[in-house]
Amino acid sequence: MGRTMNTENAVIKTEDLVYSYKGMDEEEVAPVVLGGVSLQIEKGTFVAVLGHNGSGKTTLAKHFNAILLPMGGHVYINGMDTLDEEKLLDIRKTVGMVFQNPDNQIVANVVEEDVAFAPENLGLPPEEIRRRVDEALKTVGMYEFREHAPHLLSGGQKQRIAIAGVLAMEPECVVFDEPTAMLDPVGRESVIEIIRQLRRTGKVTVVLITHHMDETIEADRLIVMSGGNVLMDGPPREVFKNVDTLRKAGLDVPETVGLLYELNECGFNLRLDALSVEECAQEIYAALKGE
Amino acid sequence: MLKDITLGQYFPGESVLHKLDPRTKLILTFVYVVALFAAVGPVTYSLMFVFLVASVLISEINLKTILRSVRPLIFIIAFTFILNIFFTRGEPLVQLWIITISREGLVTAAKMMARLVMLIVGTFLLTYTTSPIALTDGLERLLNPLKKIRMPVHELAMMMSIALRFIPTLIEETDKIISAQKARGADFDSGNLVRRAKALLPILVPLFISAFRRAEELAVAMESRCYHGGEGRTRMKQLKLMRRDAMAFIIGAILTAVIFTLRSMGF
Repeated sequence: MGRTMNTENAVIKTEDLVYSYKGMDEEEVAPVVLGGVSLQIEKGTFVAVLGHNGSGKTTLAKHFNAILLPMGGHVYINGMDTLDEEKLLDIRKTVGMVFQNPDNQIVANVVEEDVAFAPENLGLPPEEIRRRVDEALKTVGMYEFREHAPHLLSGGQKQRIAIAGVLAMEPECVVFDEPTAMLDPVGRESVIEIIRQLRRTGKVTVVLITHHMDETIEADRLIVMSGGNVLMDGPPREVFKNVDTLRKAGLDVPETVGLLYELNECGFNLRLDALSVEECAQEIYAALKGE
Repeated sequence: MLKDITLGQYFPGESVLHKLDPRTKLILTFVYVVALFAAVGPVTYSLMFVFLVASVLISEINLKTILRSVRPLIFIIAFTFILNIFFTRGEPLVQLWIITISREGLVTAAKMMARLVMLIVGTFLLTYTTSPIALTDGLERLLNPLKKIRMPVHELAMMMSIALRFIPTLIEETDKIISAQKARGADFDSGNLVRRAKALLPILVPLFISAFRRAEELAVAMESRCYHGGEGRTRMKQLKLMRRDAMAFIIGAILTAVIFTLRSMGF
């Protein structure tokens, strides 16, 4: 989808990114996980990456802060090549990453100590660390829990601590790698609310990797991955119109679009870009009234 | 089932004991242990007991919690008690067949028991009132001079704090695995020792696999939060010795002096 992009403004840029996991057996042909992905993510945007299991979306995300290094092509973070080892800390400082399992990201026994972990690694002065920790904890609404032990908190709360731990680095971009996959509905909603809030402030670029359709609706841009390549790329409204292509890639569409699509199959002629429940209801109401 | 293990658990609080510098507490605990082993007679033992009770009261830690810390070690305590009763020679009190219980045996056994209990409670008080991070931090700072002889002090401290952080997580996981195996008909409670040990295998294997997976994920998460070893790392909470630390050192010094003086006089 021919989008014009300003290179200056890209926080993440990949060029023909190729990656494959090496098999244990030398003879074995390693399956290509990423087959030449080229994309740019502009500053201050909210980009969702959607894909089925094995579509390469997590592998892609891990290239964004040099956890994985490209086997072919390049990844640039603010113009810094991830293959340049000297830039490693700067790259990781620029792009923070929140992972799936909150338990396995928390390093410390006390909430605020954990949030302080990243700024401590950066060697900041103690007062500055304190300021960042307090600010990050307030952003995720966990300030009252700063002296608690993480293992006594719920999954959603733990994930919010993990987010605070990344925000305390004051990164330009935060990559969320399926942050809600292991959470209950309440925890999931609280994490999504934080992502919304981050987007509202506009200071951080948000990349959300997920396989929940509903979480991508509010994104500025939706990238659909399939088989290690970008299948579709555009505003969610545009992307979700392609119900057939999505279903072929093993993905579903939001329930609202699904409903409209089924109705169309039965002879209606409805617009497919009504993503919210409200819009969807309006669309159906208008159609029924029109008859 | 496993939840009541309190090893290495920290209870946040506002007491003076909580606020003491971890280095102070580490040194004082060491001094306390030395003094405890220096105690010989009823006077020195009572003195140590008074000191311990005062510390417990100051810490504002629930008495039940304190007593619970002794529970897992009851077997060892009972074992030493019995051994000491039967194997100390002296003036016989009761004589049954080849078993002799002597007055000295009873006294030594009681002393050993008191010493063990006080040792456990005293050292647990350290972990109860000091967050593991503060503890490892204090240890790291105390051992810092050893870096000169290439001791990986920071790495050891980091490993220790991560181990402590994951104890409750792994305990929870063990509970889950046990429940899952029980739901599939596994039997952990019957049979002889060998059978029971074998029954543990289906718990340990998944636990280890999951621990390795956690370790890998944690390492990635730590790296993406810019962890690159101890070099150039600062701390949010700087350790600073205050007046109360000086006070604590003075009290510790007095206690040691008194105990050793009394000891030399045979109390």
